[in-house]
Amino acid sequence: MRMRAAAPGMARAGGRGMGRGWGWLWLAPAVLVAALFFGTAVGETRIPLATVIEVLAVKAGLSSAALDPIDASVIWHYRLSRAVVAACGGASLALSGLILQALLRNPLAEPYLLGISAGASTGAVLIAVAGVGGGLVGMSAGAFAGALTAFALVAGLAHAAGGGSGLRGAGVIILAGIAGSQMFNALTALIIAQSASAEQARGIMFWLLGNLSGVRWPDTGLALPVAALGLAVTLWHARALDAFTFGAEAAAALGIDLRRTQAVLIGTAALVTAVMVSIAGAIGFVGLVVPHAMRFLVGTRHARLVPATALAGAVFLVLSDVVSRIVIPGQVLPIGVITALVGAPAFAVVMVRGRQR
Amino acid sequence: MTPPLELDGAGRRVQGRDIVADVSLSLQPGEMLGLIGPNGSGKSTLLNLMAGLMRPCRGEVRLNGQPMARLRRRQIAQRLALVAQSADTGDRITVREAVELGRTPWLDPLRPWSPRDDAAVAAALKAVDMAHMAARDWSSLSGGERQRAHIARAHAQSPQILLLDEPTNHLDIHHQLGILDLVAGLGTTTVIALHDLHHALRCDRVLVMQAGRCVALGPPAETLTPALIREIFAIEAELILHPGGARPVFAFQRLS
Repeated sequence: MRMRAAAPGMARAGGRGMGRGWGWLWLAPAVLVAALFFGTAVGETRIPLATVIEVLAVKAGLSSAALDPIDASVIWHYRLSRAVVAACGGASLALSGLILQALLRNPLAEPYLLGISAGASTGAVLIAVAGVGGGLVGMSAGAFAGALTAFALVAGLAHAAGGGSGLRGAGVIILAGIAGSQMFNALTALIIAQSASAEQARGIMFWLLGNLSGVRWPDTGLALPVAALGLAVTLWHARALDAFTFGAEAAAALGIDLRRTQAVLIGTAALVTAVMVSIAGAIGFVGLVVPHAMRFLVGTRHARLVPATALAGAVFLVLSDVVSRIVIPGQVLPIGVITALVGAPAFAVVMVRGRQR
Repeated sequence: MTPPLELDGAGRRVQGRDIVADVSLSLQPGEMLGLIGPNGSGKSTLLNLMAGLMRPCRGEVRLNGQPMARLRRRQIAQRLALVAQSADTGDRITVREAVELGRTPWLDPLRPWSPRDDAAVAAALKAVDMAHMAARDWSSLSGGERQRAHIARAHAQSPQILLLDEPTNHLDIHHQLGILDLVAGLGTTTVIALHDLHHALRCDRVLVMQAGRCVALGPPAETLTPALIREIFAIEAELILHPGGARPVFAFQRLS
């Protein structure tokens, strides 16, 4: 991967050195709040921003204005919860991609392309049709087990096929990821055909494409803490991620405990992906597009890259969700379609730039 | 006095084959030790054992008298730095950012970057004469410049011991001598794997490896005898004293 900034000075604005020059991050909450407002205001029916603010003020107990119950319900129960989950999911998937790219030294690594999302889907569907109960938490646990299994299989296959770092290695692990994705998607289809009722099957198939339609407030109870945990763990390991710049052996020589660091970070990437998949299905390419775009803007040091990626991932998925609702009037596209429309060309760009190196 | 690094019968077997066998060595503070031996004689593995990146299957490696196996990776990296062969990156980083990585073992989330770290990085850049190149992109560096930046990164680690795996590989003769002078000038206790026997003559001592074993250890001019060179490299060589009184030179005649 090789991205030249138009203005190299921009990447290091505000100071040199690891961990400095990130005063601009104070903008982050403002950008995020603006995106959430936008995501709440725009949809099949456009609701004036003033109404959105009024509804939120009443819900927060700051106002007692009389509300249109339909507007209030749409804003509160459908749109805001959905925007919050989209933000959490975008941050989670983007961080997951960032971790995988740093640890595998592979610019194309991403949970969807590596089959981790497919493995998580299989695990979640298995729990759903088995009717073990536990609701979203149970499904997430199943998805986590599926995600880890998929990563182990794909990494093992890539290793056996002689993948290393560099673009050739990148190719090998993506091929392994395709094999893994196909296998887990086939398993998922098999499980659904075997055990789900027709109605269950329809629901599951829609969800599999990556979809935020069914999201309600209870989902934020899982999405929000998991995204926050993912961000905290990744930030805590920002220097360790930097240390992988010259490969895993160099990281070890710089004092990084490889086994522990890789286990914690891969586990985190799998966990945040699994939770997102259980809530909204497999949404692709977020983990590819966002980290690369942010490297372009803030440079490659993780003390800045991690928060920037989390923020941009959140904003990206909220906006993708808005686009998915308005691009065809009267019809809601799966959000995965929108992220893939942006992501697939980005994949091509990363690939071509990698070759030019 | 405890030697900074000790190997006590250290060996490593992979799939029933001895890669390194029964090497004992006591490094002296401030010395520059050259590792000499043909390709595949175990030099890199021996360096990895010294760096604690590989565990010996037999014997023990001690850092300041403490068994390496009982130290945490971070503690090892605070005392010992390694410049490995051909470590490269596709990341768009500057020379300064690459050198700053050397401070990793001294930092954690609760002990953030400080002026002391800035000073260490500045000193390391200055030591390799790259202060003026600090803002350059890594990808724009030549092979020699990359090697110097790697050495600066290792130096920024403030190690007591510096390990280098064939740092002069693929460099022209000017840059080869430049790297050797640079390393000698740092004054750190150094172990350096080398291919060029003339370079080895600049070391305080040489350790000669063959098939994973240490076959000779001592001052280079006394150790690298024509008989030893014939045995190890299978070539006929003469050691000719330089008329100016400088280091002797090897005249390599033919394969034996």
